[in-house]
Amino acid sequence: MRVVVQQPPFDLGQEAAAFAAGRSDMGAIVTFTGVVRDLPGDPMEAMEIEHYPGMTQAALTEIAQQAMARFSLGDALVIHRYGRLVPGEMIMMVATAARHRKDAFEAAEFLMDYLKSRAPFWKREISANGEQWVAARSEDEAALNRW
Amino acid sequence: MDVLYFAWVRERVGLPREEVTTSARTVADLVEELKAREERYAVAFSDLSALRVAVDQKLTDFDASLDGAREVAFFPPMTGG
Repeated sequence: MRVVVQQPPFDLGQEAAAFAAGRSDMGAIVTFTGVVRDLPGDPMEAMEIEHYPGMTQAALTEIAQQAMARFSLGDALVIHRYGRLVPGEMIMMVATAARHRKDAFEAAEFLMDYLKSRAPFWKREISANGEQWVAARSEDEAALNRW
Repeated sequence: MDVLYFAWVRERVGLPREEVTTSARTVADLVEELKAREERYAVAFSDLSALRVAVDQKLTDFDASLDGAREVAFFPPMTGG
């Protein structure tokens, strides 16, 4: 299990390949990547991601540990960036390895649902029309109830 | 103890962190003390349902005890992922 909080970009292909390498016991590798999406009708200049340095690593580690305990996983990877990102840049990725795909897919969804609402990151969108904090969506909070 | 503010809470309070001397027993008591200090705190803490709190870097709720706490952080609902 590996959890990384960093400002610089990561190489999705390299991370996914390294994660999958040497695990002949794992039949399923799932990866999910979050990308900064442009705003329709209001081109975004940047997204700024603030985080809580003392807490972020521990919160992500706890979420990843929960995923390992709950699903039949061989391994899990979480990478989450902070700082200033432009549309098209990758914000974060998760990868899960399991013997079978159901655990790998479900664990990836579990990780994403918890990262959305329980990891101390706050996104701010900056466009020509101004700046605003991204509001948490009630659906994101509700998504936790299914686990 | 250290009190930290993030995102728009930080903007409304006007600083990211400060040292607060308090005898508040719970997070809610601390919030009341801060609100009574100055208008900017009253504005930042006007709607607690829009806020989340961590004590010593663990998410908790406003009823949580501050007994032995070294760090309290206030912030809006998180938007990770």
